[in-house]
Amino acid sequence: MSHTRTPAVAGWFTGEGDGFRLLGTRCSACASVFFPREDVHCRNPHCAGGSLEEIPLSRKGRIWSYTDSRYRPPSPYVSNPELPWEPYALIAAELAAERIVVLGQAAPGVTVAGLTVGMEVEAVPGVLYEDAETAWTVWRWRPTGVTE
Amino acid sequence: MTADVAVLGAGMHPWGKWGRGFVEYGTAAARAALADAGLDWRDIGSVVGADTVRGGYPGYVAGATFAKALGWQGARVASVYAACASGAQAIATARAQILAGLADAVLVVGADAAPKGFFRPAGGDRPDDPDWLRFRLLGATNPAYFGLYARRRMALHGDTPEDFALVKVKNAALGALNPYARYRKRVTAEEVAASAVVADPLRLLDICATSDGGAALVLTSLDFARRHGAARPVRIRAVSTVTPRFPNTVLDLPDIATDSAVSVAPPAETFRASIARSAYEEAGIGPGDLSLAEVYDLSTALELQWYEDLGLCAEGEGARLLREGATAPGGRTPVNTSGGLASFGEAVPAQAIAQVCELTWQLRGTAGGRQVAGARVGVTANQGLFGHGSSVIAVR
Ligand SMILES: [Zn+2]
Repeated sequence: MSHTRTPAVAGWFTGEGDGFRLLGTRCSACASVFFPREDVHCRNPHCAGGSLEEIPLSRKGRIWSYTDSRYRPPSPYVSNPELPWEPYALIAAELAAERIVVLGQAAPGVTVAGLTVGMEVEAVPGVLYEDAETAWTVWRWRPTGVTE
Repeated sequence: MTADVAVLGAGMHPWGKWGRGFVEYGTAAARAALADAGLDWRDIGSVVGADTVRGGYPGYVAGATFAKALGWQGARVASVYAACASGAQAIATARAQILAGLADAVLVVGADAAPKGFFRPAGGDRPDDPDWLRFRLLGATNPAYFGLYARRRMALHGDTPEDFALVKVKNAALGALNPYARYRKRVTAEEVAASAVVADPLRLLDICATSDGGAALVLTSLDFARRHGAARPVRIRAVSTVTPRFPNTVLDLPDIATDSAVSVAPPAETFRASIARSAYEEAGIGPGDLSLAEVYDLSTALELQWYEDLGLCAEGEGARLLREGATAPGGRTPVNTSGGLASFGEAVPAQAIAQVCELTWQLRGTAGGRQVAGARVGVTANQGLFGHGSSVIAVR
């Protein structure tokens, strides 16, 4: 059965494989970067406001912190209550160029036992959940094996 | 000229899982606060409620709901929602009315009947709500954020899970002495270590539960208090309700990312530290003046963070302060003498009010087995979802 791949949220990321990138916006006046994207007004209180332009964020960052989810989260998280709960790790990654910390689920198979603060991670595409027709996609953080 | 208001009455409904409605808890707490103040409900010129959610229109309700339950008597009314900071904003509203001369005696009430298990966003598909998005896209519960903070402390400051457990041991011992606490049993470090991991590195006993409960205060002008026989009442000297400053660089509930610091240097202090500093500045006091502090220990690790944000010690020194016993009964600045959220659990709109109830009893010298000897100055600290600060300083 072939599933259409559709982002679980529109306009936050693009591309596949090595071309995968998180998408933010940047203020043309003060260069502040926003993720999730800010499309209405620059949120820097010192800025008179500029146009907000879409930019891809750095693909790689370093772990700011991490944790995991040993219990099934409530809705609107989508999971199959018929299946046993499989914990997943959560990684907050700091992107040096943008000086921003972005939270994401870790790639499948990554557990907290293999993580340390400062470890390098890269943004990769992943499937959040599937229904009858659609694979709903999301971003994931995957360690590159490089430690600071 | 003074900006103080008097705490003439304080009251609570015991925390727990009672299976009844929030109106019952809030009304019981309100009647207790009125009795404590020696006032009749009809003496109250204004009622301020900290909001909770009730199914159906209008959803968020509080002030008028309690006024109706107590019996309509024509009082001025206000209701405020600021998540965990709702109680502090209700106190701030009451205080502003008193200082502006709009009311002499104000009843502040917060109560809730909390859901079981994890807090979750309101129902429906709401992809413009950051709270909905973090659950939908990441399954990131509140404990997940507490886990991130705890792990970050371990990496930066060398805190250990054993340090975190000691916070629970301390707070449970105090909660055992508090008739309003939900959990009234001492806990050992071994019991914390044996409890299930919820969000690595935090275990079930590191994380506060959800609870039912209610808390209320009667705040008045100093003249009104004097006329009602309280020559030296506990006084509220400061209420901080500040927002963060851009760029907020600590990943915070319910956000998926921080502000970027690429164009503006981050402020010298974190949001949590700014909440306390604002209260200190308004009160004209410093951390060295404190007799005690009530802080939002949503997790054990977060209590250590508050020690630093309140200025009880330098950054990274929270665990050392705890191990020295400085924040335990008999220490320099006992923290969470009520037992804290560790012993109460979260009844969101009530908790910031409950913190001030504990300060009131401590400053009056009526806190029983939990009493801090000679307590003169107390601070509360708390933070509400979506960038709501909350800190109250009370003095005697
Ligand atoms: Zn700008």
